[in-house]
Amino acid sequence: MDGLHNWTLAAPEIFLAAAAMILLMIGVYRGERGADLVSSLCVASLGIAIFLVLRLEHGTAYHELFLVDAFTKMMKVLSLLAAGIAIVMSRSYFVLVGVWRFEFPVLVLLATLGMLVMISANDLMTLYLGLEMQSLALYVTAAFQRDSERSTEAGLKYFVLSSVASGMLLYGASLVYGFAGTTSFPGLARGFLAGDVATGAIIGLVFVLAGLVFKISAVPFHMWTPDVYEGAPTPVTALFSVAPKIAAMSLIVSVVMGPFRPLLAQWQQILVAVAVLSTIWGAIAALRQENIKRLMAYSSIANMGYVVLGLAAGTEEGVRSVVIYMIIYLAMNVGTFAVILSMRRKGVMVERISDLSGLAQRQPMMALALLLFMFSMAGIPPLAGFFAKLNVFLAAINAGLYVAATIAVLASVVGAYYYVRIVKVMYFDDPAEAFDRPVERDMAVVMLATALFVFPVFPVFQAPFMNGAQAAAKTFFSGR
Amino acid sequence: MTIGLAHYLTVGAILFTLGIFGIFLNRKNVIVILMSVELMLLAVNINLVAFSTHLGDLVGQVFAMFVLTVAAAEAAIGLAILVVYFRNRGTIAVEEINLMKG
Repeated sequence: MDGLHNWTLAAPEIFLAAAAMILLMIGVYRGERGADLVSSLCVASLGIAIFLVLRLEHGTAYHELFLVDAFTKMMKVLSLLAAGIAIVMSRSYFVLVGVWRFEFPVLVLLATLGMLVMISANDLMTLYLGLEMQSLALYVTAAFQRDSERSTEAGLKYFVLSSVASGMLLYGASLVYGFAGTTSFPGLARGFLAGDVATGAIIGLVFVLAGLVFKISAVPFHMWTPDVYEGAPTPVTALFSVAPKIAAMSLIVSVVMGPFRPLLAQWQQILVAVAVLSTIWGAIAALRQENIKRLMAYSSIANMGYVVLGLAAGTEEGVRSVVIYMIIYLAMNVGTFAVILSMRRKGVMVERISDLSGLAQRQPMMALALLLFMFSMAGIPPLAGFFAKLNVFLAAINAGLYVAATIAVLASVVGAYYYVRIVKVMYFDDPAEAFDRPVERDMAVVMLATALFVFPVFPVFQAPFMNGAQAAAKTFFSGR
Repeated sequence: MTIGLAHYLTVGAILFTLGIFGIFLNRKNVIVILMSVELMLLAVNINLVAFSTHLGDLVGQVFAMFVLTVAAAEAAIGLAILVVYFRNRGTIAVEEINLMKG
């Protein structure tokens, strides 16, 4: 008897939907001048949504279509944080290129709403609707700089490839529905546990996973990532590289650890293959990149490979490592993009790696922050990124995935090269022309906060994060 | 011969495959890609409705309604992006979409 009376569990989503509509109205009435106001209100709404999420009780609503537990709460907070920071970081860029409009923060708000629905999905229908809500808003943000050929091309490519992925996911969902007889996650889990596994349902699972793997841009569905990252406006790239990844990763976790956990043997092989290929390809293809946004694209492909490896373990430890990795990935990536967004000369954005030469002499603090992020991504102790990788590899090894873990470690050694190369360019190359100063206050704050998180906050105070991740991971193993 | 579930599923599978091929083999026009995407979604709808009658369960038909709605929104956004793109480049030929190679 969990009907509509549990609607309060969806309070953050309802609040965000209402806020988005109201902010659209405010934006329309204030016209062009309203952008700053709407953007601050959007960030405030995301903050309120975080507060609402934290206060939620656990349970299901809308006839088990919608689920709230420790895991979904954790992932929702991360996505909301990522989206909020992305809006904060977007202002100066869009002002610079002359498209600072109120629609952008509202679109991000709607995409975030989609992410929250995805994360809470407890049914294939909710999953699909959340995913599409997120994607539809993100297509538009990628093409937001609409007088730029690159931005619109990125939007078009993202749209076409992402719709194919949605189509595959949907086809898989229809097969799962047909052969298992239900779309509800608990119902599917019950059916599979009873040993009632049709081949059609497994084929459906493969299609669903293919669609989801596309959304986290892991190999073999990564081909859109570098182009979209390079072409989209940089704040949008910053958003793409974090918030949708967190939401999609959370969706993969709840799909494979929830309804499909009895089929571990089937999906484990797929995820291990995805993880190994992503880490290798992310490391090798990044070696010859000159554009830092493209480099970050390959870096995120590789990072998603490590996360998927943790999940492939299929254990509580594995899910915990996924959650920890996403927390640290959020900090490292947001920080790096704050630096990239500060790379401008005489009011023009630059994004080549060689533009960073000698940054250490011109702007030592910014160079130091980027050094921390790069070393952290390379996985050098004692930075946060080291612990992220360590947890993933431990989970994989304890689950007996020795070969995959070894290959991933080797790939991370190769990957360290291109991160360290950036540090070398900053510290040992002849100084190039300085970037514009002063660095925007928003960027400086984001850089400082994330750099402090990467070192020393996370390495020293791990316990609360570990406990949070542990509690989140536990939900899949102790009955909800 | 009665037409059973297998026939509907075969039609769905054929349409879906046509949609995929339409996207990856098409070298001419982005509009064709949009049509192929619609074809994929319609193939899914055939599947859902066929399964729904076969199982005697309404969820599949409800799902199909949602898919229809989302497909409409998706087509609108796709066309909008396409228009913006056309204004910048003056062409929507698939071969010309190559500013960034990848």
